[in-house]
Amino acid sequence: MTTAPTGGVPDAAALRARVADFVAAHDPATTDPIEFLAARFDAGLAWVHFPEGLGGLGAPRALQAVVDEEFARLGAAPSGREALVIGLGMAAPTILAFGTPEQQERFLKPLYTGEEIWCQLFSEPGAGSDLAALGTRAVRDGDTWVVNGQKVWTSLAHRARWAILVTRTDPDVPKHRGMTYFVCDMTAPGVEVRPLRQITGEAEFNEVYLTDVRIPDSHRLGEVGDGWRVAQTTLMNERVSIGGGAEPREGGLIGLVAGIWRDRPELRTPGLHDALLRLWVEAEAARLTKERLRQQLAVGQPGPEGSAAKLSFARLNQEISGLELELLGGEGLTYDDWTFRRPDGVDLAKRVPGFHYLRSKGNSIEGGTSEILRNIIAERVLGLPGEIRVDKDVAWKDLPK
Amino acid sequence: MSNDPDLLYSDVEEELRASVRSLLADRCGWDRVLARVESDEVTDLALWRSLADLGVAGLAIPEEAGGAGATLRESAVVAEELGRAVAPLPFLGSAVLATGTLLALDGRADSPLGEALASLASGERTATLLIPLATAPDAGFPEGVRVEEGRLSGRVGGVVDASTADLLVVPAAGSEGPALYLVEAGEATVTTVVSLDLTRPLADVELAGASGRLLATGEQAESAVRRGLVTGAALLAAEQLGCAEWALSTTVEYLKTRHQFGRPLGSFQALKHRLADLWVSISQARAVVRNAASAVASDDPEAPLAAALAQAFVSGVAVTAAEEAVQLHGGIGFTWEHPAHLYLKRAKSCSIALGTADRHRLTIARLVDLPAAR
Repeated sequence: MTTAPTGGVPDAAALRARVADFVAAHDPATTDPIEFLAARFDAGLAWVHFPEGLGGLGAPRALQAVVDEEFARLGAAPSGREALVIGLGMAAPTILAFGTPEQQERFLKPLYTGEEIWCQLFSEPGAGSDLAALGTRAVRDGDTWVVNGQKVWTSLAHRARWAILVTRTDPDVPKHRGMTYFVCDMTAPGVEVRPLRQITGEAEFNEVYLTDVRIPDSHRLGEVGDGWRVAQTTLMNERVSIGGGAEPREGGLIGLVAGIWRDRPELRTPGLHDALLRLWVEAEAARLTKERLRQQLAVGQPGPEGSAAKLSFARLNQEISGLELELLGGEGLTYDDWTFRRPDGVDLAKRVPGFHYLRSKGNSIEGGTSEILRNIIAERVLGLPGEIRVDKDVAWKDLPK
Repeated sequence: MSNDPDLLYSDVEEELRASVRSLLADRCGWDRVLARVESDEVTDLALWRSLADLGVAGLAIPEEAGGAGATLRESAVVAEELGRAVAPLPFLGSAVLATGTLLALDGRADSPLGEALASLASGERTATLLIPLATAPDAGFPEGVRVEEGRLSGRVGGVVDASTADLLVVPAAGSEGPALYLVEAGEATVTTVVSLDLTRPLADVELAGASGRLLATGEQAESAVRRGLVTGAALLAAEQLGCAEWALSTTVEYLKTRHQFGRPLGSFQALKHRLADLWVSISQARAVVRNAASAVASDDPEAPLAAALAQAFVSGVAVTAAEEAVQLHGGIGFTWEHPAHLYLKRAKSCSIALGTADRHRLTIARLVDLPAAR
């Protein structure tokens, strides 16, 4: 590294120069990828809005896009980081906000370099949209906690070294108040990961059974009983992942269907033409909305449109993939493979239309159902009154389950 | 669309919005609009001149031609505010359709064209484009008026802002092909019709051997009219956006205060989700409208696509917003004394003006190569 942190907060031009200096000093063609990322972390160019010493420079969050663009322009963008989505997007900001200096020192760097994969132990069979109802119990035993319960919808659990985990530590107080948040070692005795087969036939997700799992108190994030507040930080970061460059027109599923329409005149009917044009218009509107959001973020004016983006993305994917099946007629009656297996990732373009249709059903459930997102928009953006609550002042143990 | 259009509002645009909104709040409250629509003077020409003093009438007209030297992006911001106020002003006919067509022509300041633009920019006169308001941009050159030996004859129905126009920009077909004329309104017989949108007067216009000044012929006349209509489609979408924003914010405020069954109506999830969906659609409409305004402002080759997309998307959003406003206000929303009906009539009329969403989808199909079934 040739440009040392000087204490002043760098601007976009200074950051570009830093990235250029860094890449010049660490040839991406000859440097081991993990060493390259470790050095990038040490240079404060991992996530510039983090403090110095923790992979950042204390710069505005919006400038991360500048850094990422510059690394990409110089052919030095990291690749193959799909498995790091929970670590980078959710665990890291939570550890930054609530972790002790020791925890930050231990976890952030291998999380960033990809040496350690993370997963998220939040949802339970009895706590989906109502996450605060969760019942996985953690009981204190000296300097450790003993954890028992079942988690579900855990992507990456079978590959993860660490998990962020929310537990119930006090069942005698109302549900939001009796939770505690931990970092859980996925290799600890009593952690059992089972694949969860989904409607596509394969298993992207897992069930995780926790039986007398011992977690040292030093792996607690935040105060005892403050787990809900810590979890809010995690979840707020879940939906803030719009970045990168402008998406091209017809970039998503609509492009696949438009391509079929152009190539296969024999499939065309008037009703499908109308349906296709309506969805083309909506997909283009959604694309421009995302582009507008990107421009807002770039000038440091993030709008609440982020929560809307997921809502429209989910509905569009479902409708477009449904149209794709109908358009293909007889071919839409077939599927590629129902074999129970673990996929490497979800690359829609490489899968058959039946998979597009089935997988997109998850888009309106995962990461917050569309119904919950509508509540969020109605209450937090439009300021409409909250739901009438029947569970606010009742001890968790007395709630109907 | 091709080169990453700026989809945000600049500080200058926000300042313009604030001054227009403030003037409209002062002079164009909905109770005054409601009183006006049943009077003999629906169009508020005095207010139009005040807006012209702010430069609003000639935003896209170059300074050397007497205008404000801004762009159609700024005009689109004004259109949003006029839609939000259902203002009975000749903006669409004069500042958008007529001006947009005239700006596509070349002319010197001392020509009839230059004089017309200067008088429109100052607000001293208003004009309109002599076409039925329902005409879509790719409908082909209008055939309603014929020219024979320099005299114009024909009848055009449903022309916007014709009742108050001083000048008519007249597309005319003749043996020599398409032509564009400038005609003094005194040469025409203008009969106001009862319009569905109370705040936007329409008229039938008859020319019987009228004289006019020839502005352009052939391909130049055709492309000027097309450009006027594309500009109109893009800016009408901005007006529809303003309409929709009024409908949403007014309904949200109402549902926060109106109580039934011992709780605010806005706490019922069935209603909250409808408003959340509407807010999502309006957020998208804003991006689509900015995209279209940028495209027409820079005369982007993709402006016809951007304008068609804006009409195809925003028409439905504005109608839904106005319909939801009527429904969610309950009984009061069905009364004459509540402004919701003014917005419903404006939104539904706008969805037909300059082509329905369906027509614009067919335009898109042609422009992006998604051909119909045979």
